[in-house]
Amino acid sequence: MPNTNNTNLKNAIEIRNLNFYYGTFKGLSDVNLNIAENKVTAFIGPSGCGKSTLLRTLNRMYSLYPGQRAEGEIKLYGEDILSKSQDLNLLRAQVGMVFQKPTPFPMSIYDNIAFGVRLYENLSRSDMDDRVEWALTKAAIFNEVKDKLGQSGLSLSGGQQQRLCIARSVAVKPKVILLDEPTSALDPISTAKVEELVSELKADYTVAIVTHNMQQAARVSDFTAYMYLGELIEFGETDQIFMKPTRQETEDYITGRFG
Amino acid sequence: MDKHISSQFDAELAHVSSRVLELGGLVESQIRHAVYSLSQFSTEVANQVIASETNVNAMEIEIDRELSSIIARRQPTARDLRLLIAISKITANLERAGDESEKIARMVNSIINSGNSRALPSSELRIASDLASGLLRKALDAFARLDVTEAVSILKEDDLIDAEFDGFVRKLVTYMMEDPRTISASLDLLFIAKAIERIGDHAKNIAEFIIYVVKGADVRHIALADVESAVQ
Repeated sequence: MPNTNNTNLKNAIEIRNLNFYYGTFKGLSDVNLNIAENKVTAFIGPSGCGKSTLLRTLNRMYSLYPGQRAEGEIKLYGEDILSKSQDLNLLRAQVGMVFQKPTPFPMSIYDNIAFGVRLYENLSRSDMDDRVEWALTKAAIFNEVKDKLGQSGLSLSGGQQQRLCIARSVAVKPKVILLDEPTSALDPISTAKVEELVSELKADYTVAIVTHNMQQAARVSDFTAYMYLGELIEFGETDQIFMKPTRQETEDYITGRFG
Repeated sequence: MDKHISSQFDAELAHVSSRVLELGGLVESQIRHAVYSLSQFSTEVANQVIASETNVNAMEIEIDRELSSIIARRQPTARDLRLLIAISKITANLERAGDESEKIARMVNSIINSGNSRALPSSELRIASDLASGLLRKALDAFARLDVTEAVSILKEDDLIDAEFDGFVRKLVTYMMEDPRTISASLDLLFIAKAIERIGDHAKNIAEFIIYVVKGADVRHIALADVESAVQ
């Protein structure tokens, strides 16, 4: 199965023989995949194909729910994050996540950023100020909010809220950022800003993005994985997947012949 | 090919493909008439060929407009995208082949006006011109059926036209040496032979784009043996 990027890139994450269960239902079936460092890897596929499930295994978001379990191996820079001894808080600091709907905390813009940082680090007031500015700048929203850091995060527009959430995950200096349908609730302008941001983030972070918008995957990603019914059908460089996929199933999906 | 979820998309692709074949038919008949005007030394037929060039140009523009519209609205990928890129290139090649037949018609008029046409071996261009227009017809058939095997055989046949062209040029040179009065008309014939050879090249280009659509392999500017391994 064509399941690994065949380049000489360093891998941030290596997934081997991953199976995932919702109770008795098998959500992922024998997934093998490498996620390259400082690249954007996109997951596409129809609803229920397992792409969000896969993303949620990467920071063990599923551990919140009893009855859900993963088998196999997911190595983050060589460490198996599925092991029982894995500290989940530490893992989620290393692997940040941004969701479909913006989820700012009901607190000030400043505290939205500082809140997460305080969990992991004990910074002086001025260091914290610097960190907040740095994270907001990284998320390309600082100029829009610098004069209203004390206002509620909820006062921002949807697109700004989403970039605030990205800033929040960037603030704890993760290695990997997971984006689960980050723009599906945003208008085209805000979407373009988030996409632009994704391209900038990969200079410092490894990004994995789940999207229903195939053109978005084509625009922002370096590698694309096509999933169907819990299986990884095809994985390759985005150019190759969108110009000349090797699997008929991939071709049918991306050309709109699916169904 | 399986159908798209959007049947309208299928209809748009089918329509633009049929327009290309229509353009191909028009160009093919242009070539046939141009060659006929040469064999019959008919100014009337030559002028018809020259006049029909505007139709070809108009169709090219219309096809390009349809292509732009499909790309803008459908954001095609994979085979669909390759098909649309290929249609754009095939259309350009057909339009150029039309230009070549117009060139032939203009040369025919020039030869007729020079007055000493009948002493020249113009009938010997028959083989090359039949090969070239036959090749273009084959290319259009192969495009209609997206037939890779046929496309590869077209690439091989283009070499025959090139060989005919070389032989014809050698023959023209002997005519010119024997009777310098034929030089002017011989040069016109040389341009005609060159135009026929170019039509063969355009047919070959079209065949290459058929392979691109079906196999996703770009076989331009590579040796025939490598083409055959690329389409395996």
